[in-house]
Amino acid sequence: MTPLWALFKRDLTLAFHQRAELIQPLIFFMLVVSLFPLGVGPNPATLQMIGPGVIWVAAILSSLMGLERLFRDDFQDGSLEQLLLSGSALPLVALVKVTTHWLTSILPLLILSPLLALFLHLNEAMYWALLATLILGTPLLSLLGAIAVALTVGLNRGGVLLALLLVPIFIPLLIFATSAVDAAALSLPYNAQLAIIGAMLLFALALAPFATAYALRVSQN
Amino acid sequence: MLLSARLFFHILRDTLVVLSAHDLSVVKSDRLLFDKLNFSVEQGGLLYVKGPNGAGKTSLLRVLCGLLDSESGEVNFKQQAIHSVSSSFHHQLVYFGHKAGLNLRLSAIENLDFWCKQHEQNVSIEQIYQTLAELQLVGLEELPIGHLSAGQQRRVALARLWFKSSACLWILDEPFTALDTSGISLLMNKIADFLRSGGAVVMTSHQDLELDYPKQELVLEYRI
Repeated sequence: MTPLWALFKRDLTLAFHQRAELIQPLIFFMLVVSLFPLGVGPNPATLQMIGPGVIWVAAILSSLMGLERLFRDDFQDGSLEQLLLSGSALPLVALVKVTTHWLTSILPLLILSPLLALFLHLNEAMYWALLATLILGTPLLSLLGAIAVALTVGLNRGGVLLALLLVPIFIPLLIFATSAVDAAALSLPYNAQLAIIGAMLLFALALAPFATAYALRVSQN
Repeated sequence: MLLSARLFFHILRDTLVVLSAHDLSVVKSDRLLFDKLNFSVEQGGLLYVKGPNGAGKTSLLRVLCGLLDSESGEVNFKQQAIHSVSSSFHHQLVYFGHKAGLNLRLSAIENLDFWCKQHEQNVSIEQIYQTLAELQLVGLEELPIGHLSAGQQRRVALARLWFKSSACLWILDEPFTALDTSGISLLMNKIADFLRSGGAVVMTSHQDLELDYPKQELVLEYRI
């Protein structure tokens, strides 16, 4: 357990050293969302209609921005080689990395979300539904993102490629998440949508660390 | 009698072998770097890999520690394929590559402490300070690695050789790069001590190795 705990602590320390880099996607997220009321006008009905989708799309885009941090530095400075030769189980290493990434890059988005819900005139029921989909859905972004980052880490300038690889994969998540919030707006139950997102999350949790580990090993070739 | 003595000698020799390669071929970017390479390194043995740029020295070392896959052939650690015993193999290996493996934003202490924990070595912070002092890095322990010079960064990375007491094999890729003369002699002594205590070393270097120790040379040629 100690090696993984040490890795967790190291990544948190690093995140603290890279505060500025972490805040950028957060500000991007806020700016994108706040552009919509200006762009489409302040009509509450329109904003309420597009609100959940806007927040989710902005969350996906801003999570893509910081995603490369996951393995890029470790690959470039050779820490990844040492990690591969440390004898720790690589899937667990990947899982720890994803966890710290979620805690440092995505959790702040969730903390900001009440403010943005206010921008977009979401009512309380809609906000709780949105928060539930974000809590269940954003770890999925990190888990799947880790596979793509591990695959592209050996390429220089993998940034755009990363977006091209990942955005199509996130479409189902986006559909179920926004439909849950729409259901909440009509005071309908949205357990089914949450259950599907939860199932996707569990599936990714079980398999993504192995895929990431494999991709990281291949990246050394 | 003679036959059994010979057999005994062979068995003894085999148990001493730490790392061996059998019919190793490596292809990189559609170019065959070397093929059917056979060698073995025993306890206390030093294998010195020589060759011009592009001959495949780094690739060979990466194959030996399991980072790179070979096209054919196998690498054995104590008579077992490295992929089947990877955790015990990695527990007894120190690899030192071109990349230092140090995060530029973290300090020497943070980097090395993390490395020791990751490699399950019981090393206290005081020991890390002591070793850094031995490597003439007093006063630089808590600066971010990015603020140190290239040679100082290499010294910090080399401190790992002092910490991994469970290691019986060192694979060193150009360990002398960027080091000054005092750094080189420090490292030479460390390598000699390790060899005398029964460790095995595989290394490459463009400098002549002024090491007072019998070495086995492996010369790779550049192939087109």
